Amino acid sequence: MNRFLIPLGVFGLLVIVLAVGIKRSPEKGIIVSPLLGKPAPEFALPSLTDPAHVVKSSDLRGRWYVFNVWGTWCGGCRAEHNTLMEIRQSGAVPIIGMDWRDSESEALSMLQQMGNPYETIAVDKDGREAVDWGVYGAPETFLVNDKGVVVYKYVGPITPDAWQKEFLPRLPQRQAGAPAQPSKS
Amino acid sequence: MTTINKVAIWPTALITAVLLFCATTAQAVDPTQMPTPELQQRYLALTHELRCMQCQNEAIADSPVDLAADLRRQVKEMLLAGKTDDDVRNYMVSRYGEFILFRPRMSIKNLWLWFAPGALILIGAFVAVRIIKQRAALVPQDNEPLEEDIRS
Amino acid sequence: MLPELGHFALILALLLAGLQAFFGIVGPMVGRDRWTAAVTPAVAGQFVMIGTAIGCLIYSFVSDDFSVLYVAENSNSALPVFYRVTALWGAHEGSLLLWIFLLSCWTVAVSIGVSRLPQRFGARVLGVLGVVSFGFLLFTLATSNPFTRLDPPAPDGRDLNPILQDPALAIHPPILYTGYVGFAVAFAFACAAMLEGRLDQQWARWTRPWTTAAWAFLSCGIALGSWWAYYELGWGGYWFWDPVENASFMPWLVGTALIHSLAVTDKRGLFKSWTLLLAVLAFSLSLLGTFLVRSGVLVSVHSFAADPTRGIFILVFLVVMIGGALSLYAWRAPLLKSQAGFELGARESFLLFNNILLVIAAATVFAGTLAPLISDTLGLGTLSVGAPYFNPTFMLSMLPLCALLGMGVHANWKRGKLGDKTRMLLTTLAIAAALGCIVSFVIYSHGKILTPVGATLGIWIILTSLVDPIERVRRKLSLPRAVVGMTVAHIGLGLFVLALTTVESFTVEHDVSLANGAATAVGPYEFRFEGVKPIEGPNYEGVGGTIRVTRNGMPLTVLYPQKRQYYVQRQVTTEAAIEMHYGSNLLVALGEDLGAGKWSIRIQVRPLVNLVWLAAFIMAVGGGIALSDRRYRMARTAEEGAPVVPAATASVTAGEQAR
Repeated sequence: MNRFLIPLGVFGLLVIVLAVGIKRSPEKGIIVSPLLGKPAPEFALPSLTDPAHVVKSSDLRGRWYVFNVWGTWCGGCRAEHNTLMEIRQSGAVPIIGMDWRDSESEALSMLQQMGNPYETIAVDKDGREAVDWGVYGAPETFLVNDKGVVVYKYVGPITPDAWQKEFLPRLPQRQAGAPAQPSKS
Repeated sequence: MTTINKVAIWPTALITAVLLFCATTAQAVDPTQMPTPELQQRYLALTHELRCMQCQNEAIADSPVDLAADLRRQVKEMLLAGKTDDDVRNYMVSRYGEFILFRPRMSIKNLWLWFAPGALILIGAFVAVRIIKQRAALVPQDNEPLEEDIRS
Repeated sequence: MLPELGHFALILALLLAGLQAFFGIVGPMVGRDRWTAAVTPAVAGQFVMIGTAIGCLIYSFVSDDFSVLYVAENSNSALPVFYRVTALWGAHEGSLLLWIFLLSCWTVAVSIGVSRLPQRFGARVLGVLGVVSFGFLLFTLATSNPFTRLDPPAPDGRDLNPILQDPALAIHPPILYTGYVGFAVAFAFACAAMLEGRLDQQWARWTRPWTTAAWAFLSCGIALGSWWAYYELGWGGYWFWDPVENASFMPWLVGTALIHSLAVTDKRGLFKSWTLLLAVLAFSLSLLGTFLVRSGVLVSVHSFAADPTRGIFILVFLVVMIGGALSLYAWRAPLLKSQAGFELGARESFLLFNNILLVIAAATVFAGTLAPLISDTLGLGTLSVGAPYFNPTFMLSMLPLCALLGMGVHANWKRGKLGDKTRMLLTTLAIAAALGCIVSFVIYSHGKILTPVGATLGIWIILTSLVDPIERVRRKLSLPRAVVGMTVAHIGLGLFVLALTTVESFTVEHDVSLANGAATAVGPYEFRFEGVKPIEGPNYEGVGGTIRVTRNGMPLTVLYPQKRQYYVQRQVTTEAAIEMHYGSNLLVALGEDLGAGKWSIRIQVRPLVNLVWLAAFIMAVGGGIALSDRRYRMARTAEEGAPVVPAATASVTAGEQAR
């Protein structure tokens, strides 16, 4: 074998790596969450709408829910708001919101203006809870099953497309057709 | 625009905004003081070892974004609670993945990276020995004059 | 109108590049001398066209033509004129145009230089450069046209990124790119040699000055980037092993190996195929680097969603250029054999070690930079690599290199006879160790384990480098510029090692929160915070702080760090206040307003940090001196087709030393 072919061979391998890298680069913004397949973090946070009331993760055990981290300061959150409202309409699964490092008054007024897709909203004022969920940017949305295990995480604003392709298939069939849940105001 | 680009626009815009913010203010000042010098050392070491997940290539010690401040606070609280450095690292990795560590941890997956330099040096030494042996053997019959005299 | 002219000029340049490539490569191949001769006009024409294009773009910037998308994205009517010009290379499209322009400048220089060389060879060199230029122009026109119009025109521009509004930005990219692009010349020489089958010592001698020039520019460019990062955005940091930095550092490492390998090939006809490979590798890394940071394939998890079209285009270009060159290499290299020999203690040995260690260093940086990508591709998960990996692994190959340098400069060609020099080497080492310890423990204190090692090595390099020139002057022997250049460059390296050691060992950094009137002590210095007041500039406003500094109780200086918010992009930048006193840099930067008049402030004392960049500059100057040696300007006497006689060219005076 001509050993002078080695540089060419190594270069060939590099090209393959780069080609794969280019092909997969649109996904580059996302890292795989280590929480997948693990129990969702426990939390007990004040509710946005009723500060005296505590939103507890233990109360959510036994049903599927979507956990959406958002803030009024986050442009992408506003962008996905309509999609969240649609999800709420479809009643497929309740959305629990977590208002991340935000001002309560502004959050309330945004929901007033744009509608409230959430069954309930937890307030993470200082960001501790977000760290527990491994959140590094808003919006981020988790899908948690009835046993409290994180099934899926989506980074970035949810689009109807993403909802169809990534979330719905993961829900148990009967859930996808369930009627809208009454929302706690 | 291709489909890929359409989907990518929002993450791009968001990430762009955050990255620009990170890039321009570039670093933050962290005046946190721990109660003992030993804890301060460990705090500084850990905050420089953990990556700010919103910024390219910045440690949480240097990043100005809120997330970095939150993570720094987490490190501080864990250290004050008596946790070890590894406890802190494990905590972060179990939530953010291996990527949050600047120094890749020695594991089967990373072995190739950590051993590469040493392996290369060994190979290099082997190559050098072989070449020198070859060439030294050629000296007796190599009577070509050099361009100038050997230095006196 | 002018942007369209610029666009048209680029199209013409593309055509001319194609012609240049065609005539340069095919002409000599088929023996048509008229085609071969047509290369030079093509080169000149291309230069004129590209110059026109860049002129049009500069005009668009200066005249605030916001109907040009690129200008609208990177400029603003309030932007000072100076920065309107430098904004040209502030983003992707414009910096690509700069690349192309500098390549054209090099090509013109080469066309003048090769006029003294055999015509066919010279044409081939220019032909290869034409291929490179063609590729870049095609890429620009197809995916990154700087003259795209914005319709309707923007009322005003988005402004240049504030951190780029800085004088250092004016010179850093052009100088860096000059070096980066310059390695294309060595690449072209190598390809031309492989195409022609002419692979002798003369080729090495022809290539040397071009390679050294590119290397010198790249050295300056990297140093400027580091310096700029330090005072503009690093808050005291000057090297981050960031993929963008690594992209310019890898060609530098290989380029350094190339310079030394060329010396061996020139002198003794050895390492021919290796030198060829290095010449291809250096520019390949330039290409790879330029594009890796633009295609978004790399960097980090949070990179911009890449435009796959650009990435694919670049990849195809890489395959053609690098794949082509490496194929040529596989074809020609097996035929290159030399019967020259050398001993263990000979200069060739040391240069062999030099090359091996530099290439290992480059490979290490390469592995670390690409590791995240490779790991991801192979499904091994996301990996992150930073300074904690690069620092120790880089030193692993560089420390032995520095140690060997001290000995290597004294080894003779072929037979070595280093034994004669043992006493001198040990003496200088002892002196260096003594001085190193003084630096480590007396002048400064609280060093680390590697501090005396680094200081000793740096000083030893300087001392051993000086021995030979001083000896020559003493004995009234000739001192060719090549030797002077080499000495200066090596001294530069020694200073660099010394400076790096002190900076990394003795930097003190404190982040504190201070109220108005409060002070903090760092070593012999005391920094007193005296509050902030509002400030305003041409296109920004902000606050300026006042820090009064005393040293050992005596007033030293007052520092004025600022935080600026630029009107248009609304970004906040931190302008650290930096001053040098007693060899150390004092850096003060404002952090956050903590309320109640308290601010978080970073204070950093960095000894000898300016020497880091000065040393790099000295290295570059050494290179410049070396390449001006008159032997490179001797007209080549070899006829086309005549067998080339190695080594015996009479253009060197007797008694000249090995270099």
